[in-house]
Amino acid sequence: MAGTAPIFDEMTLADGAVRPAYETLARWLKTIPTDLLATRSREAEALFRRIGITFAVYGDAASTERLIPFDVIPRILTNDEWGRLSKGLTQRVKAINAFLNDVYSKREILRAGLVPEDLVYRNPAFRPEMNQQPVPHGIYVMIAGIDIVRVDADTFYVLEDNARTPSGVSYMLENREVMIRLFPELFSQHRVAPVENYTDDLLATMKSVAPRSASSDPTCVLLTPGLFNSAYYEHTFLADKLGVELVEGRDLFVKADIVYMRTTEGPKRVDVIYRRLDDDFLDPLAFRPDSALGVPGIMSAYHAGNVTLANAVGTGVSDDKAVYSYMPEIVKFYLGEEPILKNVPTHRCREPDELKYVLENLADLVVKEVHGSGGYGMLIGPKATKAEIETFRDKLIKDPAGFIAQPTLALSTCPTLVDEGVAPRHVDLRPYVLTGRDKVRIVPGGLTRVALKEGSLVVNSSQGGGTKDTWVLDS
Amino acid sequence: MLSRTADNLFWLARYVERAEYLARIIEASTRLANLPSAYAGTSNEWESAVATAGCANLFFQAHEKATRETVIDFLAFSPDNPSSIRSCFETARTNARSVRTALTGEMWDAINSAWLELSKYRASGLNQDEHLTSFLSFVKETGLRFDGSAYRTMLRSDGYWFSRLGVMIERADNTARILDVKYHVLLPDAEHVGGSLDYFQWSAILRAVSALTAYHWVYKESLKPWLVADLLILNDQMPRSLAACYESIVRNLDSLSLAYGRQGPAQRSARAIRTRLENARIDDIFQSGLHEFVSDFIGENNRLGAAITQQYLT
Amino acid sequence: MRIRIAHETLYTYAVPANAVIQTLRLTPRNFSGQHVANWRLDVDQDCRLDAHEDAFGNITHTFSASGPIQSMTIRVDGLIETSDTAGVVRGAIERFPPGLYLRETDLTKADAEIRAYAEARRAKAGNGTLSILHALLDDLPAGMAYDKDPTHASTTATEAFALKSGVCQDFAHIFIAAARHLGIPARYVGGYFLHADGTIDQEAGHAWAEAYVEDLGWVGFDPANAICPAEQHIRIACGLDYLNAAPVRGSRHGGDGEFLTVKVRVDQAARQVQVQ
Repeated sequence: MAGTAPIFDEMTLADGAVRPAYETLARWLKTIPTDLLATRSREAEALFRRIGITFAVYGDAASTERLIPFDVIPRILTNDEWGRLSKGLTQRVKAINAFLNDVYSKREILRAGLVPEDLVYRNPAFRPEMNQQPVPHGIYVMIAGIDIVRVDADTFYVLEDNARTPSGVSYMLENREVMIRLFPELFSQHRVAPVENYTDDLLATMKSVAPRSASSDPTCVLLTPGLFNSAYYEHTFLADKLGVELVEGRDLFVKADIVYMRTTEGPKRVDVIYRRLDDDFLDPLAFRPDSALGVPGIMSAYHAGNVTLANAVGTGVSDDKAVYSYMPEIVKFYLGEEPILKNVPTHRCREPDELKYVLENLADLVVKEVHGSGGYGMLIGPKATKAEIETFRDKLIKDPAGFIAQPTLALSTCPTLVDEGVAPRHVDLRPYVLTGRDKVRIVPGGLTRVALKEGSLVVNSSQGGGTKDTWVLDS
Repeated sequence: MLSRTADNLFWLARYVERAEYLARIIEASTRLANLPSAYAGTSNEWESAVATAGCANLFFQAHEKATRETVIDFLAFSPDNPSSIRSCFETARTNARSVRTALTGEMWDAINSAWLELSKYRASGLNQDEHLTSFLSFVKETGLRFDGSAYRTMLRSDGYWFSRLGVMIERADNTARILDVKYHVLLPDAEHVGGSLDYFQWSAILRAVSALTAYHWVYKESLKPWLVADLLILNDQMPRSLAACYESIVRNLDSLSLAYGRQGPAQRSARAIRTRLENARIDDIFQSGLHEFVSDFIGENNRLGAAITQQYLT
Repeated sequence: MRIRIAHETLYTYAVPANAVIQTLRLTPRNFSGQHVANWRLDVDQDCRLDAHEDAFGNITHTFSASGPIQSMTIRVDGLIETSDTAGVVRGAIERFPPGLYLRETDLTKADAEIRAYAEARRAKAGNGTLSILHALLDDLPAGMAYDKDPTHASTTATEAFALKSGVCQDFAHIFIAAARHLGIPARYVGGYFLHADGTIDQEAGHAWAEAYVEDLGWVGFDPANAICPAEQHIRIACGLDYLNAAPVRGSRHGGDGEFLTVKVRVDQAARQVQVQ
């Protein structure tokens, strides 16, 4: 039950004792005056504007992107905690890839009756066009962002899998750069595992999944919907760090099932495309015919095995909230292992008994739309008014399969700089998992998101969340 | 490099150059218009400003009369004029945003701050001379700052060369356009040859291309129409002359063909134009018609722009 | 029955196109009711036709041609032997279990009107999938006018149903939307139709629907003609809706002022060649 479970603070235990990983930081926080922290915080903001985000925030109507608040107090994980997490993440993404391979080919898991057929076939993110179409090296999700929450010293839950185009990694990288510039003294007192090799890892991953027909030094590009996209800044940032061209759909064309980019030296073959463009818009010949952002014929080149799309088309069927509830079964089915990372206990409203339970306990549960994202379209029972609960009850009865419900979790908190000083705020964590042909790469840590409002559990940046640097201490 | 990136760099440079040129036109016209008619003649300076900016048709669709107010508004701020200073800065910034990673931080800063600064100025505020002056120097300084940043910070590779090509094609067009509109005051058989009226016209032309001092250094003479023409067309020491622009265009196109290992129509036609400028003598040009020479040049310069687009930018 | 097909699509451009890329679904496959005796697909451009099988088992050809292209012709000529299977489609290539064909698409979404219509047919027809489907088939043309003006390729079932008019594609979409709403898997089929009245020259191909009936399998329903396909239907491609089965999906660079002429001839082949 919400409110009754004690909230786990990652720095300070209920009895006031400081957890070992945070000892140095806690001492430092005691010595540093709050107004100095506030000054550093303003400096951080100025740095963020300078190093790039600036050009997307200024006032023209097209670029409404804001600066996401950055909290200067780092979040710390021990090497042990991270070791467990990264094993669990590797396992989970492996299972997701196996699941996608299966639902687009033999469909054994559907035949086995472990996942209901209609959950896949009638899922908007399922792409019938990918059926029986092999993808290079059988890898669907090269870049995954897995959202993790923590409820106590030992328990991490997976809150959500992001297997389409997870964003935010530029914040992970820039948060670290800014921290190193602002607080060099903290880095000399801690041995923080580096994250800056992420873009090298990403490039290695992309090259490893190049199609067999590509040259030994495959050409990789990043495909963006263009400068009006809210994540355009991240696209330019990544392309720059990867040293690859940032292309728009109109820079590419397909001839005889090969993808080329238009360059000043003539057409140049493209082998691997890290695309930040949704499936729907990729190819007007295969999907939305009115898309002007995509590349006509790219799906034909893709099916012919002449280009790799990262991530593959149709991966969204694996990160759906309804499919999510089957992840423990999915892990067991494909890997024959117990899941290392737990799911948040989830009630599938499509099942009559579960629906009944959910309807009886709406005031205590979080109810989410199966296809919703960004923290919208959900009911947080304990925080909702009676009227809100009743509206949601009607929605649920009308379309039970459209919803899942979960208990409200007591998300862990971390010390955070707020107007009143340093105070605990709820956090989550999004590590980025890179899957190549050769191996899985995960840089230690990830993006910590923090709900800046007191008591709030919503960490989404679209709803007032901020970010923190995440440290994995090398023991 | 991506054709789109090169195209953006090329046009980014062109628009910044064009904005600067417009500022100079407004400045020279204001000066002329402020002179008593005994010195400046009765011709409408504002009308000729619009013609020199190459947007007379568009202007007279929107306005009946060319006055100080209507012309400054149209050339500096009008959103309906795709070549107004405002439109130039806006387009330049959009281009810059979409090739952000191909620019150096300094170049980005120059464009982005100009775009932010622009919102401070309003057409109505420019009726006062001091405001107009500060606006015009802001625009000129933006050009200098952008050019300087490119020169000082950009890697000397294809991106730089495309950017320089944009500057030079635009600059050649601008210089030629002034000559095209004002050619008659340079002609020896003009009505008031040598009169004070023409004197101020000539100095306005030189001022518009920032060449008044240069003239005196080069020719050590009082203003003579054929020397003004010589300076602006054939003198390759003069940075805004057609000859100097083409010297640079050929050099940048050569750099491209060397780096890419092949050349095409753009290189060939640029060399042909430069050769013609090198071999021409100002007397011959006057003989066979200054006006014809200049309008031919504008056409060829445009065709070269199209050839560059065809060969590299699409 | 032996049926000869000639289908010509001619594109002309006011401004020549720089590049054209198209995916064609213009090649039939065999099944128990249809044997492809002869089939030719031609594009009058200097290009390669890359053949693939799409996710639904349709044969696709993708080609890309470089300009300047003034005009372009795609030509199909073929000879098909058909036999009457009372609408039942057996031996066709099936890449999905029927459950997939309950999937809603933008073109086949059932709004309240279509849902009410479907439920009313079911109430009238009583139980039995086949009788429900026949009720839909018989009833649909009565309420809908066949009219090629008001709708176009991207008209949805909902829009056409509100207009109460449309072409074979719209009829098929409405039928599919209604059937899926009633929990009956249904899909879109594109192909050709030999008119019984002797009309040979047509302006376009034909489209109809197939629905899945337990024990029978896939059964064809042609709501525009209110019949089940017998010998006169030539089946080319199928999918969730028009977009999956469209004969041509293309894109071009340049080529403003495109003008399209389509000539379709569907004729019974000379009887003397027919093997009795």
